Amino acid sequence: MNNENEKVSGSEALIRALIQEGVDTIFGYPGGAIMPVYDALYDHLDEINHILVRHEQGASHAAEGFARASGRTGVCLVTGGPGATNTLTGIADAMLDSTPIVVIAGQIATEYIGTDAFQEVDFTCVTQPICKWSYQISTPEEITWAVARAFFIARSGRPGPVVLSIAKNAQVGMTEYVPRKVNYIRSYDDEPETDMRMVEEAAAAINAAKKPFVLAGQGIELGNAQDEFRAFVEKGGLPFGCTLHGLSVLPSSHPLNMGMLGMHGNYCNNVKTNECDVLIAVGMRFDDRVTGNLATYAKQAKVIHLDIDPSEIGKNVPVDIPVLGNCRKTLAMLTERIAPADRSSWVDSFEAYRKEEFDRVINKELHPESGPLNMGEVIDAVSEATGRKAILVTDVGQNQMMAARYFKFTERRSILTSGGMGTMGYCIPAAMGACIARPDRTVCAFTGDGGLQMTVQELGTIMEHRLPVKIVLLNNSYLGNVRQWQQLFFNRRYSFTHLENPDFQTLASAYGIASRRVIERAELKDAVKEMLETDGPFLLEACVAEEGNVLPMTPPGQSIDNMLMEC
Amino acid sequence: MEETTLYTIIVHSENFSGILNQIAAVFTRLQVNIESLNVSASSMKNVHKFTISCKTTAKNIDKILKQINKKMDVINASCYTDDEIFQSEIAMFKISTDEFKNSEDTSRLLRGYNTHIVEVTPDFIVVELAGSSEAINSLYEELTRIGCAVKQFVRSGKVAVTASTLEKVSDLLSKRAERYKDRLQ
Repeated sequence: MNNENEKVSGSEALIRALIQEGVDTIFGYPGGAIMPVYDALYDHLDEINHILVRHEQGASHAAEGFARASGRTGVCLVTGGPGATNTLTGIADAMLDSTPIVVIAGQIATEYIGTDAFQEVDFTCVTQPICKWSYQISTPEEITWAVARAFFIARSGRPGPVVLSIAKNAQVGMTEYVPRKVNYIRSYDDEPETDMRMVEEAAAAINAAKKPFVLAGQGIELGNAQDEFRAFVEKGGLPFGCTLHGLSVLPSSHPLNMGMLGMHGNYCNNVKTNECDVLIAVGMRFDDRVTGNLATYAKQAKVIHLDIDPSEIGKNVPVDIPVLGNCRKTLAMLTERIAPADRSSWVDSFEAYRKEEFDRVINKELHPESGPLNMGEVIDAVSEATGRKAILVTDVGQNQMMAARYFKFTERRSILTSGGMGTMGYCIPAAMGACIARPDRTVCAFTGDGGLQMTVQELGTIMEHRLPVKIVLLNNSYLGNVRQWQQLFFNRRYSFTHLENPDFQTLASAYGIASRRVIERAELKDAVKEMLETDGPFLLEACVAEEGNVLPMTPPGQSIDNMLMEC
Repeated sequence: MEETTLYTIIVHSENFSGILNQIAAVFTRLQVNIESLNVSASSMKNVHKFTISCKTTAKNIDKILKQINKKMDVINASCYTDDEIFQSEIAMFKISTDEFKNSEDTSRLLRGYNTHIVEVTPDFIVVELAGSSEAINSLYEELTRIGCAVKQFVRSGKVAVTASTLEKVSDLLSKRAERYKDRLQ
């Protein structure tokens, strides 16, 4: 393909550079400032599958979903101005959740930059604080370098979003196409050196621990360290709790897996966090939804923190033993140095709290005897019917927390959710990305009636590509999570949280998407079966209790182990 | 209120456009004001050096440093308190020539501070003072106190060298290149 003297347009060079980086899927939306690139793309449709979304925000979340489900870098292609700014939510989301995406946005020609020309936005400046690297390409010669650098930055170290703005003159100017590869940037230490003294110290602390507790974060999935993590916890007999993003690092049924951490996590984990003698955090960042009030968080414990990002060490929680580096390597180093141990009496001590949570919360949520459907029982029915093998995509709010609590996993890289940003509208486009990345897996997308309507236009993309997303709409006619907070902390003053909704069945039918509404408990299993057996997309609308609450719950600002079981 | 300290941050970065903006954004995010800022080429080709001083808490300075270090094109950032650095600043004062000629106090003061004269015109003179930030503050205050009208006053922002044997940026880069040598081949 490459003739050394051949000159190609910058747009052609861009497409070739993307193919060189292994890109086979792009989520995008054309417009004035990116038309030359779309024209070049038209010659490469056999190599690149371009998915035309219905709004650029959808492209950014679809790229995120693609990246999270596949472990590859998601790509999003948009025009300048509003096309570019519409991706900001996805970029910020990817930054907080360490998701590798590259957003390529058109930009007006450099000679007009600074004149307030049509659709001019200083996108590089706007995106710098919310991405890992943002760069404006002003000449065709820079393209291959910038693309290679962008992909290296997005996927390496702690992954994240990268933004390239490409000026129109760079798209149309001619250049020689010289493939580039970037795997080292001198100002960027993507795999910080591990201090072996810290590894030894951490191993000694674990060996001496009577009551060690491990926090499993997304870093394990990002570092492909699931096997190393399993070997580590199994050798040490170490019970662990998972962050929201860490839920699928090991099967939910693993005997050492105690479930989720944090505000709506499993009670035992929050109690044991404040009881353990050594707390071992792996690839997680002590988010406030995990820690609750920092003043009372794990004060009794010696804290070991394994992370690839030096800026995370000691950011929220003081760390006694920091172990920097790629956890795939550091976990293996620790496993080698810890003694095999049976800590079954410590592990067994979690049981009383699990039982208490089961009796007071879980059993009521999953096995109600009367009344409208509960969110939890719908999620459990879907999870069970997929053999616990599906990819879970959630929106944000009650649907998210309920799904995180009741959906179970047997396979890695199976939870896609907006954890850091809490972006409503994430679910549907992210599920599209997951479907394209993993056509071999079932993708279940749980959303609410609020979140669905934030990116509802992507049903058009799902329709066009017959993407087999199994959408489960938990419809309670409320912005449920905000309503729950209003109930608990604002004296039931339901200020603007009730939603007057469209008929979602008619909506699905307008998009040619098979659908079913389920109200009665007796119909639930059959409806789930119908959804999973239908080829292509399906919208299952479950009409759930209007004022259902996610429990247990640590009220904001409270100690993490101080959980409400009823309200 | 937590106790604040005056810190001097020294940053080395690549010479790309937009880095100052990214560094400044870290301060904006934490609502910390920059007291002084100096940017210049460093002794290494294509490496820029920022000397930034700010008053903040120990907790914030740690966050600021880590966040600056995290920027893709920043090579390294470190911070120092006053006892860990030798620092200096340059200030220029523009004073009317008449005032300088006629006021003994003014000329005595300028001599006392070891200022040197950069320019003399029939209308004004420009004197320069290199020294500590405190000396510059004090000269300006004294000139004001004796009623000398300073027509223009400008200061460079301080620059600093560290008191300790600081690892050179070039050494840091060669060590890093050594660690990643497998990739570089």
